[in-house]
Amino acid sequence: MRLSLPNLLRAFLLGLLLVFVMAPQTMEPLLRPLAQANAPVIYEQASLLSLTIQHLMTVIAATVAATMVAVGLAIFVSRPVGAEFLPLSRSLVNIGQTFPPVAVLALAVPVVGFGQKPTLIALFLYGLLPIFENTLTGLTSLPRAVIDAARGIGMTGRQSLWQIELPLALPVILAGIRLSVVIGLATATIGSTVAARTLGEVIIAGLQSNNMAFVVQGGLIVGGLAVLIYDFLSALERRAFQRIRS
Amino acid sequence: MIEIDGVSKIYDGKTVVDDVTLTIEPRTITVIVGTSGSGKTTLLRMINRLVELDAGTIRLDGEDNRTIRGYELRRRIGYAIQGHGLFPHQTVAENIGVVPRLIGWGRKRTDDKVRELLSLFQLPPEQFISRYPHELSGGEQQRVGVARALAAEPNVLLMDEPFGALDPIIRSRAQDDLLAIQKHFSTTIILVTHDMNEAFHLADKIAVMDAGRLLQYGTPEELVRNPANGFVEAMIGVSERPFRLLSMGRVAEVVEPGEATGPAIDPGASQQEALAQMLWTGRRAAPVISPEGQVAARITLESIFKRAKGKS
Ligand SMILES: Nc1ncnc2c1ncn2[C@@H]1O[C@H](COP(=O)(O)OP(=O)(O)OP(=O)(O)O)[C@@H](O)[C@H]1O
Ligand SMILES: [Mg+2]
Repeated sequence: MRLSLPNLLRAFLLGLLLVFVMAPQTMEPLLRPLAQANAPVIYEQASLLSLTIQHLMTVIAATVAATMVAVGLAIFVSRPVGAEFLPLSRSLVNIGQTFPPVAVLALAVPVVGFGQKPTLIALFLYGLLPIFENTLTGLTSLPRAVIDAARGIGMTGRQSLWQIELPLALPVILAGIRLSVVIGLATATIGSTVAARTLGEVIIAGLQSNNMAFVVQGGLIVGGLAVLIYDFLSALERRAFQRIRS
Repeated sequence: MIEIDGVSKIYDGKTVVDDVTLTIEPRTITVIVGTSGSGKTTLLRMINRLVELDAGTIRLDGEDNRTIRGYELRRRIGYAIQGHGLFPHQTVAENIGVVPRLIGWGRKRTDDKVRELLSLFQLPPEQFISRYPHELSGGEQQRVGVARALAAEPNVLLMDEPFGALDPIIRSRAQDDLLAIQKHFSTTIILVTHDMNEAFHLADKIAVMDAGRLLQYGTPEELVRNPANGFVEAMIGVSERPFRLLSMGRVAEVVEPGEATGPAIDPGASQQEALAQMLWTGRRAAPVISPEGQVAARITLESIFKRAKGKS
């Protein structure tokens, strides 16, 4: 890694995040002014580290599932056999997006109970659309001559998909995943309202007891995670993109 | 042998290839010429079944091309696509080696082939092997595209305006390379071009198309001497006719015993080149070197005159 301003900023943010999560007590003097007298400054009902890990795991699990379904669906409807399902799948995935996450949570609770599950469902539905749209755009806007050449030299449909189309669409697919991860990181905080273990717990505890120190802690960790992950995925995307510019 | 027999293609009620019949002899170069939109690409793509025909049959060495699976057929037939179509995320070496990989050649054999082809097309392997298509000029991209089509040593090679983006010098070199490669591998080539000079330079036979119909199919000389109609005549270029005839003949065919002064002419040169030299140096005759290097004969304006004469 070169020593440049962006890299320094990244390192600083990562360091700050690690301190907040691993050794929250060291931040007490900084956050003290935000809390009322006598009120606790650092959230201690649960370890921030374990909440952060659970938060991340929830988002990762939902994104992986959403990626598999959305990419699979986009591949299917972009093949000749699946073309007739294109409008249907588009509207289905759109419905997933127009439903507010709170409503999904509320509707999911009676069915699957409180806890991690309704949150996973909401995040999953939320993650589908950006990934589906981007994958579809990526697969259908490839240069015609390239696709033609793949067929023309004797690739089967599957070979063309794996060796040519998906690698070329990868940057656009990654952009969709990035979007859905970042939305997921934010949305997961609401999951705490239905008893999912996420960083939302800290924020909600702060709001309920009017403790700004808690709110800032939770908010900063979620925000920091989002920025760092966004940045990391953007870098991946640029790497994928560098090669395919023609 | 490729037998195209009564082949038609209809798109949205419009016949874009209309009952075309022609037989292509093995190890020859057939050039398809015609106006834009006359169905040349469509005809070419029906041979390797990128386009399915609506009527007629196409047989390759007697075998109906519909009896072979599409992708297997296409692995056997080289295809240099109009506008190269290189894979942007693969290096030059990967692009050229793609068909050998598909049909399971070993690494060593593929690598050797890639290097051989790059050298044949005047692209030094060390310089080009690990570059990406966007790091090449348009002409280099086209040559890599042709190399890719040739990599698996196909018996049949389809080329759709393969040299369109090349400057005249590289272009004429690429044409000579192609002729050499064709001799070397005994490939049957079907090539589409808009450039009549290219057609006359390369073709054993020329097919002229217009509005989906095959107007004439014959040797370049037949086309010049007996054009089927005004369109073919216009395509060849009325004022070009005598020069086309001369460009097809070699000096060796018209030498006669005798003396002449001035720089000698190679017997393998075209008669057109000989004419140009004589006009330029103001001579009515020029000496011709025999293969042994001695000046044994000459070529005269008179003999060229006779050769260039069409109808009387
Ligand atoms: N997939 C398609 N669907 C509908 N029409 C098509 C299709 N492909 C080609 N055509 C039409 O068929 C006709 C012949 O096209 P083709 O590409 O064979 O022409 P061409 O002779 O190769 O032209 P050019 O010299 O410009 O490359 C054109 O009118 C074109 O619009
Ligand atoms: Mg064409």
